[in-house]
Amino acid sequence: MPAVSSSKMATRVLVAPLALAMVGLALTSCGSKAGDTTSADGAAAAESCVDTSGDTIKVGSLNSLSGTMAISEVTVRDSIALAIEEINASGGVDGKQIQVVAEDGASEPTMFAEKAEKLISSDCVAAVFGGWTSSSRKAMLPVFEDNDALLYYPVQYEGLESSDNIFYTGATTNQQIIPALDYLKEKGVKSLYLVGSDYVFPQTANREIKAYAAANGIEIKGEDYTPLGSTDFSTIVNKVRSADADAVFNTLNGDSNVAFFREYTNAGLKAADMPVLSVSIAEEEVAGIGAQNIEGQLTAWNYYQTVDSPENKKFVADYKAKYGADKPTSDPMEAAYTSVYLWKNTVEKAHSFAVGDIQAAADGVSFAAPEGEVVIDGANHHISKTARIGEVRPDGLIYTVWESPAPIAPDPFLETYEWASDLN
Amino acid sequence: MDVVVGQLFTGLSIGSILLLAALGLSLTFGQMGVINMAHGEFIMAGSYTAYVVQQLFSTGGASLFISLIVGFFVGGAMGALLEVTLIRRMYHRPLDTLLVTFGVGLILQQCARDIFGAPAVNVVSPGWLSGGIDILGAVVPKTRIFILILAVICVLALSFALAKTPMGRRIRAVVQNRDLAETSGISSRRTDISTFFIGSGLAGVAGVALTLIGSTSSTVGQSYLIDAFLVVVVGGLGQIKGAVIAAFALGILNSFIEYSTTASIAKVIVFVLIVFFLQARPQGLFAVKTRSLV
Repeated sequence: MPAVSSSKMATRVLVAPLALAMVGLALTSCGSKAGDTTSADGAAAAESCVDTSGDTIKVGSLNSLSGTMAISEVTVRDSIALAIEEINASGGVDGKQIQVVAEDGASEPTMFAEKAEKLISSDCVAAVFGGWTSSSRKAMLPVFEDNDALLYYPVQYEGLESSDNIFYTGATTNQQIIPALDYLKEKGVKSLYLVGSDYVFPQTANREIKAYAAANGIEIKGEDYTPLGSTDFSTIVNKVRSADADAVFNTLNGDSNVAFFREYTNAGLKAADMPVLSVSIAEEEVAGIGAQNIEGQLTAWNYYQTVDSPENKKFVADYKAKYGADKPTSDPMEAAYTSVYLWKNTVEKAHSFAVGDIQAAADGVSFAAPEGEVVIDGANHHISKTARIGEVRPDGLIYTVWESPAPIAPDPFLETYEWASDLN
Repeated sequence: MDVVVGQLFTGLSIGSILLLAALGLSLTFGQMGVINMAHGEFIMAGSYTAYVVQQLFSTGGASLFISLIVGFFVGGAMGALLEVTLIRRMYHRPLDTLLVTFGVGLILQQCARDIFGAPAVNVVSPGWLSGGIDILGAVVPKTRIFILILAVICVLALSFALAKTPMGRRIRAVVQNRDLAETSGISSRRTDISTFFIGSGLAGVAGVALTLIGSTSSTVGQSYLIDAFLVVVVGGLGQIKGAVIAAFALGILNSFIEYSTTASIAKVIVFVLIVFFLQARPQGLFAVKTRSLV
């Protein structure tokens, strides 16, 4: 009886799922490089089924509540809920109470596309708020275009995109990455090491960083990508150490950051000698990383919990009152919160929930956001934002060490930068 | 020179983590033929145990050692419970154990998310483990050295338990010939439970160790599960020495390939090499010697 035969069989049984898992892994990374999956048929937009006759209007909230991105995206769902609650309490949107349909994208781009389709076609929502990774946005883009529906996407991203069906309320590159590079250059950084997760955002962002570096005399000493969710950074930290760059530009996403910063700190690398500038770590992640592992490191965002404005004090207080005093607020949360208000203000300007009317009315719609005044640019559906470089302090919060004197107008295709002419 | 030394230590340390994750599997999968997809969640349980212990006992160095012991028993208890409630009914049906334990794994992940929240929690490493030691020009983090030592201790303890204790003898007897073992008065039931307890307990220990290097979240076990299965398959089912050699070989191979290429490419290359290796040697590095007639 068959210890051996059953274990041999077990081996055989096991090899199949393992092979499948690897093929899946390979496909994911190919898919992310191939980028956009535009639908070929270009069929006429489906008839909208949004019901505007009653006292309520439905909107969708679509975030990863499970999987590797849940660490970040749950907070976005929470702040969308906060904005909706506030709007409902103050009379709703154009007199209608907002009803949220929340869905879980499960950190899988295909799941985001499926759930977006469900929200639009069977829940008949007037707009969807959510998405985080660029892969999730790229997967949802054709769904929103084919159905002629609206997505409000709240996270900074790699730029080089503009769709009439998406409002981008996070930063595009010229509002985050380029100011960060300008800041490092001003501080005398002459060489960079690039570390990122292996998918759309880091790959594209690093292409832009390399173009910037080439034009500004900054040397790129190395460039490394790890699979999303990867937790072993010993080799990469060894490479960074021996490359001896002036600074590290970090485009890792999600849980990987925890392992990276622990390894970085334990290997004796310090912010004072070789600072890491991150574009995807916010207050929420700092708690998971442990403030002692990331103290002194830099981040580039448009908003920090410590931003000093009456709008922000109210936002932070309301958020903490609803979700707990120990819960920090972060840039994507603020952008998500702001996006609900921008949608409300656009609807009220257009006096309509119809997608076409909202698109027509969007240009110039503004909101006094916690990060400062933001205005929608109707031409590219992005918003103007203030750039801020922050430093992580031992209390786990991020403090502004530099900010742009005024909100920066969005330039998703970097048309105003000569060195970027080859990127499109 | 420092690059080679650095990568060698990186490889050893990746290997020691793989080994910790795989050691328990080499008992439950290797010796008993049960494909336990919830093994990763036992690792996760160990990680969260470290977090809970730290919340209760503050962040002193003692909490790490308490965690290692408590983590072993938490993982072990979960494994024994799983054995008694589900796996017992499915011996000799590996496909069913795969599906059922995969489902159990998903349930455990969701439970963890409900209890501890979706964002990763931070387990603070003891102060004496922060920083690194300079070895021939390469800085090796102390946490990694600690994990290496822990892996060695676990291997020695497990080998000793299997070779010298009455329980170890019973486990080996049941693995080699269940019927004959039963005939000679060994309760294979009880032995199965203890095998599962030890195997899953080691997963718990692995989970505690992982809190030293990465995040503690509901999906932490997933990242290590496939690698752990690879180690067991490459090493030869049920072979502790096979698992040890395979884990360190894969770790070192991975670290050197990764240094000259990238993390994603290294994973693919290592996997392709494993496929070729298994073509040439389907039984892995070492095969179980058995008296059963098959």
